[in-house]
Amino acid sequence: MRLGRLQTIGVVFGLVGVFLVAYVAPNVTSESKGFTFDTPPDPPTFSFTPGVVIAVIGVLYVLTAVASFFESRSRRTAQLALLGSGLLFLPLIIVVALALSESSGTNVVQLVVESLRLGTPVALGAMAGLWCERSGVVNIGIEGMMLGSAGVGFMIYSLLGDASSVPWLWASIGVAVVTGGLIAALHALMSVTFRVDQIISGVVVNLLALGVTGFLRSEVVVPSGITSGTPTSDIAIPLLSSIPVIGPQLFDARPIFFLMFVVVTASWWVLWHTRFGLRVRSVGENPHAAETLGIDVIRTRYVAVIIGGLIAGLGGAWFSMESQGGFQDNMTNGAGFIALAALIFGKWRPWTAFGGAMLFGFTRALGSRLQILGVEVGDFEIPSEFWQSLPFVVTIVVVAGLIGRAVPPASIGQPFERSR
Amino acid sequence: MTGGRERWAAELRHSIQIQSILVPLLAIVCAFAVGAVAIVAIGDNPIEAYWALLRGMFGSGDRIAASLGRSTPFIGASLAVAFAFRAGLFNIGAEGQLLVGATAAAWVGTWASVRDLPGIVAIVLLLAAGATAGFAYGAVPGLLKAKTGAHEVIVTIMLNAIALLYVRWLVNSQDPILLRDTASSVPRTAPIEDAARLPTFVDSQPPLHLGFLVMVALATLVWFILQRTSFGFEVRTVGTNPEAARYAGMDVGRTIFLAMAISGLLAGVAGAGEISGTSGFLSPGVFINIGFDSIAIALLARANPFAIVPASILWGAMLSGAGLMQQEVGLSIDVVRIVQALVLLFVAADVIVRTIFRIRKAADDPLATSTLASGWGGP
Amino acid sequence: MPGVSAGPDAAPVLEARQITKTFPGVIANEDIDFALHQGEIHCLLGENGAGKSTLMNVLYGLYAPTGGEIVVRGETVRFASSADAIARGIGMVHQHFQLIPTFTVAENVALGDEVTTRWRNLDLAATRDRIVEIGERYGLAVNPDAIVGELSVGVQQRIELIKALERDAEILILDEPTAVLTPGEVDDFFDVVRTLVDKGKSIVFITHKLREVLAVADRITVLRGGRAVGSADPSTATEQDLANLMVGRDVVFTVEKPPANPGAVRLELRDVNVTDERGVETCRSIDLRVRAGEIFGIAGVEGNGQRELVEAVTGMRTPASGSIRLGDDDITHASPRQVADLGVGHVPEDRNRHGVVGPFSIADNMVLNRYHHAPFSQRFLRRDAPIRELATELVEQYDVRTPGIDVAVATLSGGNQQKVIVAREMSRPLQLLVVAQPTRGLDVGSIEFIHRRIVQMRDEGAAVLLVSAELDEILSLSDRIGVLYRGELVGEFDRESATRERVGLLMARGRGDSEVPT
Repeated sequence: MRLGRLQTIGVVFGLVGVFLVAYVAPNVTSESKGFTFDTPPDPPTFSFTPGVVIAVIGVLYVLTAVASFFESRSRRTAQLALLGSGLLFLPLIIVVALALSESSGTNVVQLVVESLRLGTPVALGAMAGLWCERSGVVNIGIEGMMLGSAGVGFMIYSLLGDASSVPWLWASIGVAVVTGGLIAALHALMSVTFRVDQIISGVVVNLLALGVTGFLRSEVVVPSGITSGTPTSDIAIPLLSSIPVIGPQLFDARPIFFLMFVVVTASWWVLWHTRFGLRVRSVGENPHAAETLGIDVIRTRYVAVIIGGLIAGLGGAWFSMESQGGFQDNMTNGAGFIALAALIFGKWRPWTAFGGAMLFGFTRALGSRLQILGVEVGDFEIPSEFWQSLPFVVTIVVVAGLIGRAVPPASIGQPFERSR
Repeated sequence: MTGGRERWAAELRHSIQIQSILVPLLAIVCAFAVGAVAIVAIGDNPIEAYWALLRGMFGSGDRIAASLGRSTPFIGASLAVAFAFRAGLFNIGAEGQLLVGATAAAWVGTWASVRDLPGIVAIVLLLAAGATAGFAYGAVPGLLKAKTGAHEVIVTIMLNAIALLYVRWLVNSQDPILLRDTASSVPRTAPIEDAARLPTFVDSQPPLHLGFLVMVALATLVWFILQRTSFGFEVRTVGTNPEAARYAGMDVGRTIFLAMAISGLLAGVAGAGEISGTSGFLSPGVFINIGFDSIAIALLARANPFAIVPASILWGAMLSGAGLMQQEVGLSIDVVRIVQALVLLFVAADVIVRTIFRIRKAADDPLATSTLASGWGGP
Repeated sequence: MPGVSAGPDAAPVLEARQITKTFPGVIANEDIDFALHQGEIHCLLGENGAGKSTLMNVLYGLYAPTGGEIVVRGETVRFASSADAIARGIGMVHQHFQLIPTFTVAENVALGDEVTTRWRNLDLAATRDRIVEIGERYGLAVNPDAIVGELSVGVQQRIELIKALERDAEILILDEPTAVLTPGEVDDFFDVVRTLVDKGKSIVFITHKLREVLAVADRITVLRGGRAVGSADPSTATEQDLANLMVGRDVVFTVEKPPANPGAVRLELRDVNVTDERGVETCRSIDLRVRAGEIFGIAGVEGNGQRELVEAVTGMRTPASGSIRLGDDDITHASPRQVADLGVGHVPEDRNRHGVVGPFSIADNMVLNRYHHAPFSQRFLRRDAPIRELATELVEQYDVRTPGIDVAVATLSGGNQQKVIVAREMSRPLQLLVVAQPTRGLDVGSIEFIHRRIVQMRDEGAAVLLVSAELDEILSLSDRIGVLYRGELVGEFDRESATRERVGLLMARGRGDSEVPT
């Protein structure tokens, strides 16, 4: 008997479900644990016995496996069951981890907000990729665009000297954004004008950024004596920030975090609801058709790639001027590639890509949360490296599971040669 | 079979055409020229700096040996990248594969049973351990690409990060003690048995050891596989036009899988050789940046296995010689990094160089006909 | 006739004067004079590679001419891009449709000529209204909200026309518009073209099909080898005259072939179903038998399952159900390599992508299907001497025009590339030869050569499965004919009973009398 894709995933869930019900649930602690929704003291709390929750989820997984075999009867039910099971995986991890740790509870609202915060550069990177790839240019260089702008932005900040002045900080963030655009222009020059293989061009951008920022850090930033500065500070949005529970955590945050939502919304609106967006997407799907209608393909690609670079520049500024004030070599540490995975996960659409970015933000937030909780299996305390590797592992799973099924813009990767 | 031998000779000549040397050389010239601008910008004299660099690279017998020693792992790592290139794959994972290979070697080298083996057997065992680990680690992206279409660039970058984290854990972990040398204050593995150490020719810093010749032999082997075997023909066909390869009855998935795994194997051997020849132990951060270097070298050599050797020597020598430049002119080693980054830019975008110097494009350049980006988004 | 009223004395609406267009190493157009008058259908006739499309791309602003000038309504113009040509009222329907499959009809029509609201939002509603209006006026009905990729080629062609008309094109250039249509659809299309002329449009109609020229043209210009070699009056010219003018020598229309001498069944498909990569069932319950020594031709509009059928037979795609036998072997689940090694030759439809490895030498391309066999390989090692010997011999036998066997195949002309493929696939003992679109885009000389070879393979005892969208090719080569319609084999004819009309009807509507797909 040959298993289809849904059945294969279903069987995996089923096996996990059986394992949860038969082994994990009976063997975990019987102490009560809780999800809290606010900071102490006396936060609202949802208390539960881990074994029961794990068993319930396990049963649902088994049911999902069963549902997947009735794909032919109701494809929709099977798909919904799988989607639900996938989403249930997130609370499951937290419950299992809580059960294995000494802590009695954890603040889940904070966890969600932390996910959003850590997902910010990934979401910005994904939007950078979206603009670029919707116009038909593969952008494997998001990492380099972010790293380069983080480095150059902070270099300007350290050169300006006054490391606590807000206007200078914003000037430096501006420089970071422009730097992203310039690096993107280099990518466009290589891949659009000179028609270098777009993957090679992107890798060159990454390595160039690594080399140049290393040089600038040791030759400019370190000699200037200012290796750390004050990052952006929290802004409370009036009204929204006074919403109970989520208000103070979600709407009292830093500016690039808020700008990220603006960028995602704007990307969606411009690409799908304006003349320019229609043209960008047409160039990504069939540049020759666009050309026959008098659209300047080369110019459109340049503009789209550079817009992507500006967005990546903002993502870079997040690293060196919002999450902290300072620059370390290779500080983006793969966020650009994770952003690409989020883009693929989101099938080259802005809101779903945003969702993908938040999934990665969540894996990262969860990793550091679990590290603090101190999860032990038997006598073995799970080392921090395991948690740190979580986003990378999830990226591979996502890319392997979804690419090929997610259809990219049709002309992606193909250099365009103007007829004349 | 004289006809065959003549063909070999012709192919060899073909492999070292004037074109394929001229463009990378000019790219290097351009990179140094732009690098000079950066040096002037921070207020130093580029001629003095470059002169110091040159003497640091090849100024004395010892320095030459150190340069060759420094270049040794680059040969293996960039061969790995080049081999994958020829199959139309971009292996950014040389760093992780090197690390995994080195870890396997560092572990096998501490086996008590290795102590009593004859040197040649112990060394072969060590290199085989590195090769196996590298093969396995390269097989993962190969398999995922062949089966699911996951692009190897993303997968290998993720695997680099994962390898670094887990190797760090293996070496750092105090409870339980896994590979950590309890006698050492810094996190590193226990030294491998002397029997498994590659013999040293010159005790320079770093030493020039037998590993250099092993890597040169590896380069020859890779050339032979690519040009002279049926498998190599499959690799090149899949790398140039995978669709036509499929129509010709080649098993594209299998070829991709094997090419990626062999690429990992080459990097794994390089990692093992480095452990065995240079330090005798592994500290996790030792291969950082080697992914960068190997890609640049492979591009500089236009993925030609023979050109890899001189390109690696140049690369290693620059890093090795930068110390003298730092001493004499006070410029940090990062100057070399920026020049190397520029070399990469100019060799990758060789159109720029060709435009400046008006050189026509070679029709059979394996990089010019690359199909890397066309695989974006699945097979 | 409508339109002739304007007469040749009035100033032409579009004129090419001494147009020359060269590409590196190729002169595509040389000193071509061409004039289109108000309200006429001017046919531009020439074989593949004669320079017709190049000339039209120059007139449409996609190519900059190397020499000569373009005159629109008496005014000399220079086009910087097609936007300029569109602004002058020129519209073009390209041979390969320039549509974006993932966009809706409205988005495709709007693209480049978008209507926006005050907030700079796209106003697709306005475009939708225009599409409906144009549809009613010219008889070109389409649903503006349909996704283009899901529509049939006939409808896609209508969208291309609507795109041009939406931009108020007065001059329409139609590049090989009938290539993708069934004979019935061609007649309908001619009606549309005449309607357009009645409403005052002027039309350049590009084709290499003589029958169409005589059916529709008001005036004929013939191109050969990049030059305008003459013009003809459709009321007096014969097909033979035009053919001779087009090719430059006497052309024999029919392929000379002795009667078939069929033997045992070589290829047998039983109830074969094939799904494509999206999981759509593109071939349904195919039953098919091809005997040794006969050519079985599969007619049908492209995209009706031909590609998947060929892939299933050659092992490139495993059928979802059913069985395929080759002689005594079951090849239902065989790999392409196993199928090829059993003696199946395959000339694939897309020769650039599937047939050759462009940057490789002719020699390497000649052994793509046998590099792993002795004497070309021994104990995993390549052996060059036999490879070169074979390549030299095949280049000679198959008349591949090349300076040598070390030349990269990509540098050869389309005809010579196809000869390399044909040489490779036919130069070994075959049980079955599968050829898909073997002569698409080739010059008459190469077509004749390849046709002769196919017949020769048949006479040597191979079974031949021929797939072609060119009905003429099917009719002149096949001994038996099947029609593929929406993935089903809807009819089978002996050569004698297969008329253009009967086959054409099945191509358009299948067995039933269901509506033509819209």
